[in-house]
Amino acid sequence: MASPADGAANGGAPHPYIPATEADRARMLERVGVPDLDALFSDLPAAFRDPAIDLPTALTEPELIALLEERADENADPARPNFLGAGAYRRSIPAIAAHLTARSEFVTAYTPYQPEISQGTLQSAFEYQSVVCELTGMDVSNTGLYDVASATAEACLLAVRATKREAVALLEPIHPGTAEVVRTYSRGAGLRVDLVPSVSDLTEEHACLVVQQPDFLGAIVDLEPLAEAAHASGVLLVTVADPFALGLLRSPGEAGADIVTGEGRDLAGGPGFGGPSLGLFAARSPFMRQMPGRIVGRTQELYPPPDGAGEPRTGYVLTLQAREQFIRRERATSNISTAQALIALAFTITTQALGPRGLREAAELCYQRAHDASARIAALPGYETPERGPWFQEFLVRGPVPAEDLAAELRARGIGPGLDVSARPEPEAREALLFAVTEATPNAHVDALVAALAEIGGGA
Amino acid sequence: MTLPRPKTEDFGARLSFDRGSPGRRAVDVPAWAGDERPLPDTHLLRDSLRLPELSQGELVRYYTALSARNFGIDSGTYPLGSCTMKYNPKVDDLVASSAGFATAHPQSPAEEAQGTLRTLLELRRGLGEATGLPAVSLAPAAGAQGELAGVLMITRALEDRGELETRRRILVPDSAHGTNPATAAMAGFAVTQIPTAADGSLDRATIEQELDESVAAVMVTAPNTLGLWEQGIEDVADLIHGAGAYLYGDGANFNAIMGRVRYGDLGFDVVHLNLHKSFSTPHGGGGPGAGPVCCSEELAPYLPTPVVEECEDGLVRLTAPERSIGQLQQFHGNVGVLIRAYAYMRALGLKGLRAVSGQAVLNANYLRVLLHGHYDLPYDRPVLHEVVFSGSRQRREHGVRTYDIAKRLIDHGFHPPTVYFPLIVEEALMMEPTETEPPEAIEAFAAAMIAIAEEAEEDPEELHGAPWTAPIGRLDEATAARRPVLRWQEEGADSPA
Repeated sequence: MASPADGAANGGAPHPYIPATEADRARMLERVGVPDLDALFSDLPAAFRDPAIDLPTALTEPELIALLEERADENADPARPNFLGAGAYRRSIPAIAAHLTARSEFVTAYTPYQPEISQGTLQSAFEYQSVVCELTGMDVSNTGLYDVASATAEACLLAVRATKREAVALLEPIHPGTAEVVRTYSRGAGLRVDLVPSVSDLTEEHACLVVQQPDFLGAIVDLEPLAEAAHASGVLLVTVADPFALGLLRSPGEAGADIVTGEGRDLAGGPGFGGPSLGLFAARSPFMRQMPGRIVGRTQELYPPPDGAGEPRTGYVLTLQAREQFIRRERATSNISTAQALIALAFTITTQALGPRGLREAAELCYQRAHDASARIAALPGYETPERGPWFQEFLVRGPVPAEDLAAELRARGIGPGLDVSARPEPEAREALLFAVTEATPNAHVDALVAALAEIGGGA
Repeated sequence: MTLPRPKTEDFGARLSFDRGSPGRRAVDVPAWAGDERPLPDTHLLRDSLRLPELSQGELVRYYTALSARNFGIDSGTYPLGSCTMKYNPKVDDLVASSAGFATAHPQSPAEEAQGTLRTLLELRRGLGEATGLPAVSLAPAAGAQGELAGVLMITRALEDRGELETRRRILVPDSAHGTNPATAAMAGFAVTQIPTAADGSLDRATIEQELDESVAAVMVTAPNTLGLWEQGIEDVADLIHGAGAYLYGDGANFNAIMGRVRYGDLGFDVVHLNLHKSFSTPHGGGGPGAGPVCCSEELAPYLPTPVVEECEDGLVRLTAPERSIGQLQQFHGNVGVLIRAYAYMRALGLKGLRAVSGQAVLNANYLRVLLHGHYDLPYDRPVLHEVVFSGSRQRREHGVRTYDIAKRLIDHGFHPPTVYFPLIVEEALMMEPTETEPPEAIEAFAAAMIAIAEEAEEDPEELHGAPWTAPIGRLDEATAARRPVLRWQEEGADSPA
């Protein structure tokens, strides 16, 4: 059987992705004036040329599909009930988001360096910036960073530049992954990262206070008093907000935040084992020229259209580029270049398809379903759902058996349990699992969960 | 008499926010049938939200119209130098979208994500083999994050050697991508720029002169942004190691050498790859990409978390290296992109990857000889994956800038090359055809470039206004930066920015 890389052996193209045939190659080599392909690599050190490399042999397209379908099936059954949240949530994504995002003019373009033939990417990015500003209550958004955690780290670096202070404070409970990434990014800049249990731990050494909304254990945070306390010490408030929850919750900007970050992946598509993700990053206008990443601005044509039909038309360009690495090099606000444009497009289409009422309704539905599930569990003998104030879509469950055993019992019944948070310091988290129920969690899954918990409780 | 052309819509003037009508909706949300529980106190809630209100069909038309105002690789030749704009196999998108992959939760126990994890493990091994640097973390989301990881790994290694306080400088050639110096600065180092030698290679004398106990690392792009191999880099590596510093490799241009030489064999300590370039995952209009970082055994304990490992019980798990620099993202990187890169690697195999680099290099050289004489070629020698011409003759003799040439290429149906980069070439036109362009496309592109050189002689004025056939004309970038309008505003509202 011929392997796909053997086409060259009979004079054909070497691979379906590589068009030049043997005859093409001969003609081109002659024009270039070298005898063979190897001659083009003569600058490479002879002693190290063409090493043995152990890679699996090539697969044809049907073989590739079969292999990867088999792999996908080795993951947990997608239809299985699963109550993990803790940073990644199941959402109802409108069909048009995936459909439109798959258009190859969007998919196969790159950074819009040539605006005249990149208006699709640029105008979509302007739509994205507009949506993010509306949701967060900020003045300026960039076109998106890698993910929520790296965006939050960039927010800390901005706060450090803006305040000339060298420590940042993260308010607990915050996602441990976010805290970890802030630490990673702070290492280079030599910043101190303090995890603080209370806003009273802020000092004038802190550049910013980072607050997650809703917090890592699901509670809705009253941001306004935190903003006031932070600002009283000259500390900026960075809010790490779930953009979906912002369909219901007051915007962080209105509550006094200076910078807002967030994770956009869930509104763009499935959790996908965490990525591709999308880091929202928006700020108040005084920080505009300190922002990391690309920003799109609106402008006009320099010349009217050639048909003489009228005025210069409106278009979009990458702007404020004097902040960026390709111009400013070691004095740039960040090293970021390629980010997550296509995910930002999907995020934009989902939020715009839902629209103002749809996003509110979906967030309220999420709230109602989660609270209903929590109440049903709390009503089971031996279970409690300790609350830390109002909450959105995640709740703590403490059962009649230790958290670890409860998780194992649920798994044994084909149900993915919430995250084990029993090692956390908050008293409500003691022996607890953190369950997420969203607008997209099927009723039958909640029923199965309640039944399984009742059964586990009955045997305890 | 010809009929007058109907006036075209100023499409960009009306965003989705300005379209549709209040009360329209593109999707419905199910009603909640259970007991209504009270919402949190109103001071925690939003009282208004401004988003577009369009029917489903209107929204689809709007974004379809936007897509038609974009040029991608699937639209035509896109020879953007150093970006490796090659054909993106559609099967890669297909396989990565399987429900089993798409729904895997990032906090899942390893047992429930073996399909994803085994795929990542095999990609990790493949990249380790292909680069000769066996320790790999797939976590970085893009090249720049891979660079940051690599430099932070060097930071940690120096810390463990007790030399972090003294080794505060990183040497970066002046031909490097801007991300290199920006990364070094972000990691807290001072940047010393190394000029390029007359033949386009690293200036070895300056490196030798600069290498002392204050140097942490040298960052080298190999092949470099002129499309040239750094001859004798293996000896430079010895010099760098002899001085106690590390050799960082920017692998953005790996496409040129896949299967031909390996960074690890040449003495590179740590390298990042751009999978959206060499491994042909879609560029997406600016991401998502993936920038895995590959390193020597010495630096392996410092790799970013997570690293994919096969454990003794046969399960594949995500692990944290002993002295890891930490996580770069909340979860595990751009996994969907990594699955596509794995599919690409499996579709090609070693023979295929060698065919890729061979044809990519032949195509760049073919373009070089086709354009030779029509444009200045400051480094006039055979190249690897890309060739950098200069428009300085056109500028000097006819007042036509590279900017004009690029814009005119749009009228000819091509995406322009990278322009004004690398910074060391005046009026630079940096062209990377990649292996997926057929010879006819390269010939057509060269013919367009030659036609434009003739237009520059005969009718230079005409070129200043190009493009004329694009969805929109040349845009006023200066005003955009001076008076920024960065978001939709209701008509009549002042821009906040």
